[in-house]
Amino acid sequence: MSSEAEAPGGVEAAPVDQPSQALVDRLRGALGDGMLAHEVTGGDVWVRVAPERWYDAVGTAKAQLGLTYFCFLSAIDWMQVDLTATKLWDPDAEPSEPPGDGPGHWRTGIAGGDTRFQVMCRLYDVEGHLGLTLKADCGDENPRLASVVGLFRGADWHEREAWEMYGIEFEGHPGLRHLYLPTEFEGHPLRKDFPLLAREVKPWPGLVNVEGLPGEPDAGAEDGAVSEDADA
Amino acid sequence: MSITEHAKAAYVAGQSADARINFEIEAEGMTLNMGPQHPATHGTLRILVRLDGEQVIWAEPICGYMHRGYEKLCEVRDYAQVTTLVNRIDWLGSFANEVPFVLAAERLMGIEAPPRAQWIRTLLFEMARIANVSLFLGEMGAQLGALTPVFYAFRDREYVLNMIEAVTGGRFHPNFDRIGGLKDDLPKGWIEETKGAMARLREFCDEMETLLADNRIFQERCRGVGVIPREVGLEYGVSGANIRASGVDWDLRRDSDVGLAYKHLDWRVWTHPDGDSFARYWVRLQETREAIGMVEQLVDGLPSGPIRAKTPARIRVPAGEVWVQTENPLGEMGYYVVSDGSPGGPFRCKIRTPSFSNVSIVPWLLQGTYVPDVITILASLYFILGDIDR
Repeated sequence: MSSEAEAPGGVEAAPVDQPSQALVDRLRGALGDGMLAHEVTGGDVWVRVAPERWYDAVGTAKAQLGLTYFCFLSAIDWMQVDLTATKLWDPDAEPSEPPGDGPGHWRTGIAGGDTRFQVMCRLYDVEGHLGLTLKADCGDENPRLASVVGLFRGADWHEREAWEMYGIEFEGHPGLRHLYLPTEFEGHPLRKDFPLLAREVKPWPGLVNVEGLPGEPDAGAEDGAVSEDADA
Repeated sequence: MSITEHAKAAYVAGQSADARINFEIEAEGMTLNMGPQHPATHGTLRILVRLDGEQVIWAEPICGYMHRGYEKLCEVRDYAQVTTLVNRIDWLGSFANEVPFVLAAERLMGIEAPPRAQWIRTLLFEMARIANVSLFLGEMGAQLGALTPVFYAFRDREYVLNMIEAVTGGRFHPNFDRIGGLKDDLPKGWIEETKGAMARLREFCDEMETLLADNRIFQERCRGVGVIPREVGLEYGVSGANIRASGVDWDLRRDSDVGLAYKHLDWRVWTHPDGDSFARYWVRLQETREAIGMVEQLVDGLPSGPIRAKTPARIRVPAGEVWVQTENPLGEMGYYVVSDGSPGGPFRCKIRTPSFSNVSIVPWLLQGTYVPDVITILASLYFILGDIDR
């Protein structure tokens, strides 16, 4: 399951990878089986931990790895909704299409994942200049995860935001209240199945990639021809 | 009333604050609403303060009055269309918001802007910083009762905004960055005029130092007020000049290589050991001077060449995840962009804004302070509402 990108292609250079790899090794030493997958790409580190070890992982990163700066905590909804369908306005189309995947088949990103919702947390070492993105799966229907407010007080607002936007229950949070939205607001706006009303009542005038380029059979399916900007 | 009762009352008041009920508990002390339209709150941030006499027992910022849902909107737009949105996050230094997003998209696509584009990006980035921070340098005085500096700040900021407008066509929302480079090159005669504007702003910094930083009344209002200890600041994710004023020697312009021209410049990172409101003012003042010096070096050393890399006519970003952070005028700004390889926009675009974390420390910082200090502390933290609420 763990994947190691030995040769990050293209722009990024390799020299940063040595300390990053050391970071992963130390975290594995502390967490053992709790560390499910990791990836070191482009000078950056991603680690996915078992949800029950989430608090330990963040605590280890802070206390033992020197990642004392709390950058952000947020979540991802991996449900595949065809957003271009929402963009290409069609009055007959269903406003929210059924997901293209389901439990057990979520297409997830770096460091993998098994559930629809993932929480990610970014920590940074202001002296060693190393960053780490921790991820944890937190379920499909009623996502929940341990709160890390006890470790980083700054996580308070970030968890409140993730709670109202994705509906993720952070167990042990002192008061999950709305941060941005009014108290009476229902639903979780950043979930993929939450409709964006502005797109569903009115066609999006900014849609530009509709017509195919000359010599291109399938509009929107292939990359366009490479053009050089003459005015450069 | 015991401390726990106070805390309980404050908690209840916080609950009801959302429900827009004016709530007064029969007890000593009072609940004071600062904002959403208070002149000292930079916009529509509301701060609910529970007072015992003049002392703050408890304070809670209530945000969301300006929440525009950019993270959702990013998901239904093209990559090229997202820059228009992110321009409006920190509206005083708009160009600085575009850069990390464009860099993130470029990194996912594996392309790099040509050197000239990188230099002009850095140039406009620093000019956005000057425009942003110069306003703070005057406004901090205005909030403490010295009204004159803010007029100087508004006057002299125009010099920078005029130069930004001459390049981009927009004073506030340039929307000038493109994936792979920039929209246009610099206009003729711009470099000379910029040098004049920078000389003017150097004078402005000196003026501010004389009027405010060296002013005894200003110092007495600021020194020792709102001290952020280093560890607490890091725990809350405080970044930028706010954390450098607490003695953390960390600046992403120096410490991360994101494809801007900072490594070619001669400049230094300023820190201050005190962590109080005065330190935050002082660090920003020095940073503005450094930024002016950077702009002067950048226009002198501008490389020639194209300003845009070869990009497909239709931007299509391959699947992947990337985190790009830059040192924006207000602190660390970053975009966590997830692409699923579809022709549309980002699958997920988490926008990490500096003011959000900088303001989340406010409840901790205001506890036990006095009402006049509340204004000093809020002013010295320097946040932009669009940057909190995005």
